[in-house]
Amino acid sequence: MSQSMGELLQILIIFVVLLALVKPLGSFMASVYLGKFTFLAPLENLLYRICGVQQDEEMGWQRYAASMLFFNLVMFVSLFALLLLQHLLPLNPQKLPPFNWQLTLNTAISFTTNTNWQNYSGEQAASYLTQMAGFGLHNFASAATGMAIVIALIRGFSRRKSSAIGNFWVDLTRGTLYILLPISIVAALLLVSQGVIQNFSPYKTVPLLQASQGRDRLELESVTIPMGPVASQEAIKELGTNGGGFFNANSSHPFENPTPLSNCLEILLILLIPVSLTYTFGYMVGNTRQGWMLLSVMLFLLFVSFALLQWAEVVGNPLVTRLGVVGANMEGKELRFGISGSSLFSVATTATSCGAVNSMHDSLTPLGGLIPLSLILLGEIVFGGVGSGLYTMLAFAIIAVFVSGLMIGRTPEYLGKKIEVKEIWMSIITILTAGVVVLILSGLAMITPSAVASMANPGAHGLSEVLYAFASMANNNGSAFAGLNANVPFYNLLGALAMTIGRYIPALAVLAMAGFLAEKKCIPPSLGTLPTDKLPFALWLALVILIVGALTFFPALALGPIVEHLSMQ
Amino acid sequence: MSKHTQKPQSAFDKELLQGALLESLKKLDPRQLWRNPVMLCVEMASLITLFTFGMSLSGANKEPAWFTGAVSAWLWLTVIFSTFAEALAEGRGKARAASLRSSRTNVTAKRLEKPEFTSAVTTVGAGQLRKGDCILVEAGEMIAGDGDVVAGAALVNESAVTGESAPVIRESGGDRSAVTGGTTVIANSIIVRITANPGETFLDRMIGLIEGAKRRKTPNEVALEVLLIALTVVFLLVCANIAPLSIYSVKAAGQGTPVTLTILTALFVCLAPTTIAALLPAIGIAGMDRLFQKNVIALSGRAIEAAGDVNVLLLDKTGTITHGNREAVAFVPLGGHSEQELAEAALMASLADETPEGRSVVTLAKQKYGLTRETPKDAEVVEFSAETRLSGINLAGNQYRKGASDSTIAFVKGLGATSIPPELADLVDRIARAGATPLVVSRDKEIMGVINLKDIVKAGIQERFLQLRSMGIKTVMITGDNPLTAAAIAAEAQVDDFLAQAKPEEKLRLIKEYQEQGYMVAMTGDGTNDAPALAQADVAVAMNTGTQPAREAANIIDLDSNPTKLLDIVEVGKQILMTRGNLTTFSISNDIAKYFAIIPAALLSIYPQLGVLNLMGLTSPYSAILSAVIFNAIIIPLLVPLALKGTKFRAMPAEKLLIHNLLIYGLGGIIVPFVGIKAIDMVIGTML
Repeated sequence: MSQSMGELLQILIIFVVLLALVKPLGSFMASVYLGKFTFLAPLENLLYRICGVQQDEEMGWQRYAASMLFFNLVMFVSLFALLLLQHLLPLNPQKLPPFNWQLTLNTAISFTTNTNWQNYSGEQAASYLTQMAGFGLHNFASAATGMAIVIALIRGFSRRKSSAIGNFWVDLTRGTLYILLPISIVAALLLVSQGVIQNFSPYKTVPLLQASQGRDRLELESVTIPMGPVASQEAIKELGTNGGGFFNANSSHPFENPTPLSNCLEILLILLIPVSLTYTFGYMVGNTRQGWMLLSVMLFLLFVSFALLQWAEVVGNPLVTRLGVVGANMEGKELRFGISGSSLFSVATTATSCGAVNSMHDSLTPLGGLIPLSLILLGEIVFGGVGSGLYTMLAFAIIAVFVSGLMIGRTPEYLGKKIEVKEIWMSIITILTAGVVVLILSGLAMITPSAVASMANPGAHGLSEVLYAFASMANNNGSAFAGLNANVPFYNLLGALAMTIGRYIPALAVLAMAGFLAEKKCIPPSLGTLPTDKLPFALWLALVILIVGALTFFPALALGPIVEHLSMQ
Repeated sequence: MSKHTQKPQSAFDKELLQGALLESLKKLDPRQLWRNPVMLCVEMASLITLFTFGMSLSGANKEPAWFTGAVSAWLWLTVIFSTFAEALAEGRGKARAASLRSSRTNVTAKRLEKPEFTSAVTTVGAGQLRKGDCILVEAGEMIAGDGDVVAGAALVNESAVTGESAPVIRESGGDRSAVTGGTTVIANSIIVRITANPGETFLDRMIGLIEGAKRRKTPNEVALEVLLIALTVVFLLVCANIAPLSIYSVKAAGQGTPVTLTILTALFVCLAPTTIAALLPAIGIAGMDRLFQKNVIALSGRAIEAAGDVNVLLLDKTGTITHGNREAVAFVPLGGHSEQELAEAALMASLADETPEGRSVVTLAKQKYGLTRETPKDAEVVEFSAETRLSGINLAGNQYRKGASDSTIAFVKGLGATSIPPELADLVDRIARAGATPLVVSRDKEIMGVINLKDIVKAGIQERFLQLRSMGIKTVMITGDNPLTAAAIAAEAQVDDFLAQAKPEEKLRLIKEYQEQGYMVAMTGDGTNDAPALAQADVAVAMNTGTQPAREAANIIDLDSNPTKLLDIVEVGKQILMTRGNLTTFSISNDIAKYFAIIPAALLSIYPQLGVLNLMGLTSPYSAILSAVIFNAIIIPLLVPLALKGTKFRAMPAEKLLIHNLLIYGLGGIIVPFVGIKAIDMVIGTML
């Protein structure tokens, strides 16, 4: 079997398995949140009793939002403390020092907001306790939070004249207990089978087979190999679209992602929940076609992106080609994944707000790099983060419905709910917050000398790095165009701000919208109602997403990747 | 019937244009313009370019003065075009309001102590009348305010309000007691109890609405405006973001100049959804005005929009679906009598009957059987009475009667008839089942036969209902008829459902039921007993001939009192929404071409490679930017006729309509500016 056939087969397997799982997992998740699955009831009830949660108590959107914020604040404070105190705590065989406060702030917010932007190097900065009780725990918590929010929004659509949108604590517990934990356990075991490590050993120092020269011209005779409980974290890192690597090299590290099979598994895990949530949505609003429609829009954007990225990388760098090196652009990629395995991972991780990487996005060709950047800038709606992707997509659908509804002469409605001023406000806030943050902060960075000094590659490429950094943080993606030293006060602090705004402003807007929608009555569809589960609306939705994205970022992209590409021709 | 409505005004009547032009300049005042925030931003942008133009003149700005000056001029024009569109839309209403106002200046009223014709009279100005006052209005006088007739009956000319010159009867009690201030009594005297204080009368409200003074933005308009403002803010940030990015790029590339304030401002105005924002107020006002030209007054813009959303129409059978009067269509003889004999008896029984039904019997007898008769002088006329439920005449010893089956049978039995034709019951039943009304005719103690009176369904009404159905609107016929008759007419007219033997409380219940299921319900009504149902309906159209309570409960008033108008109202409602949606899509789609014109031009000095983005091959950076600005400005007046007339209404399912409009306004919105900007550049290019 040739290399390219093998790569094609991998992609095929990933999507066949993925699409086969959409319906079972999607309906399973719906059942979990509807309270129909209770096989862990004793454990669940015990947790509620310990925390004093009234299981049957329904919350209005304000209480739901307040509970969500309170929980996230507690999680933030606990991680903040852990990072500052890790040198005093156990499971720190390397005697790693505490984080400085700016990095602590950035990192604690990063993991609480499901961004997992990393201004530190995992193996050099975080103890095993920090990795597990800090980052690992937050991977579950932030993912469950995102899912709870989208479930609340879905209830807003499905309920009629109701003042309540569910119970945050119950949604949080069920999402973790029934969905995230079981899948993570299975996935971690599968990853271990591929060679992902899981231990608490101190780092190993091994002699080199052949001595070599380091950067400082000193003879190197041995190398330190970091260890750790990697597999358990790797599973939830992908599944919860978190993306914070155990090691600095993230999923390109052989201990995180050793084989093509583990690579396929990780891509699958990244896409699994965000993709299946579309079915959960359709199931809960009583029309699964609505879910399939959203999924088809997402898949369309994903395939187009993948094809473009693949093409750009296969064509390679014309400057290198001119030097006589013909072939694809392999810089920054792992040979074991090849072009396709790397491209698909890059697209999957930026389409969702995962942010794990198995190749270096900074080393992509300019047009290739434009693809992950664009997927993030579109607002993380092509699947997006667990929960957050779907609720942002639904906000886009509401805007699309609003304009198209007018075009057919109706005051617009979506899923039987009238779309009025309040819903438009909330949808706009949900969609545009991240973009506004990116525009302001990237502009600020370009005229701040200390921010400019962090660029490893000045010029158009440096501009892309800064744009990517803020896009990634504001949209809670977490992947980086490396080449930018972001562990400086400017990026640590403004990045923390970007992540906080990018996560919580839309989340609050979504919960408010869930509350407003739940109160409305439901209008039965007629011939005069625009069907939102058919092809014309799907195309219109895709168009709205692309136009909003393109109009917001065309100038910045022209000065970054586009001009860089043109300069290379 | 003649109409004295305003002379037909084309959108570009010369006088109107001049007035609008003046008004549009007044509207540049930021205190007025803040109601349209997007255009206020454009005005601010125009001020900024005025400033950069000044700097060019003084030499502090290196851009040539002709460029900054031209950009500034065109940005100002953009704002003026927008205020002009609004002023033009308002102007048409204002002309009408002025004519209304002139009709009721200096009216005096005769106030009565007590509501009696003999009571003492004080003459007061109309402005001094208060709710509850009673006034005497005599022939030739103008009624000083809205009210109810409490005594007397009079012929009233309501043309000042309705444009209808045929006078109408207004009398105390019943459903025709409401009178409107500003109308004139032609004959007889009436006493009117005033029901509205000065300034709150129907005419006042009408003038306010037409002038646009009381016009409040509808919820949907506000929602769209929120979207437009959000986009404007984003584009403001996009342009602000270009400044630092270009400053950095100049340093990094070592060549070129950062994008100037003039160009950033121009780009901002081009990107902001100015086309729709400029035309948004005009669309709403023009919609109301279009309704007005159909003699319909919407008491709020919200009601018209709601009309666009209606999915259930409750239509009164009488007058809307059928002509209202039943007509005789056949004579069916019984008991061995011939058709001719029956026709003669029926004619005799109907000679004195002045009801439309009675006259239709006379007509049928004449047309089909060649019978004509004058009412003989010696005939004794028997009027219809509630007790006998019969009418007819006694002539030369013969008693001719016609009436409902049971009352006619009772009558002939009373005269000593021993046998009733056995087929009668069957026949009567058959006619009723077919939706018609059987009237039994007797001569003395003999039953002669049956007249078949039929409700005539209006021509073309089926097609109209079919159209409505294809738009997802359900039609429900309301009638006082029995279920049998109702079902037959419902089937003939092809309505979706019917409510027979409808009482006011049942109408109310039906509306509530539909609303509970989430439907938007529209209905028409005129009687006082319709008022509760009208108040409950989402869109309630009251006939102008209706009672005061009905008119107050409604949110739309039809001056022609023509129930079919509801269909026009739905159309206008949809048109307004569609025009908004289509122009929004058009406006945003335009941005793509504008980017391709301005971005390469603005960044060319830094990165000459970006020249490949100049897809249109525009002559020079200055010409490119100016062309985009000019296109952005002149598209507004070019679209004014569309905004005023509304996009064409098409009855087709939602999905088809969306595809159709997306192709025209979405795809068209992408292509048109490419062509337009290129064309403008070709003209400008030769001048530079």
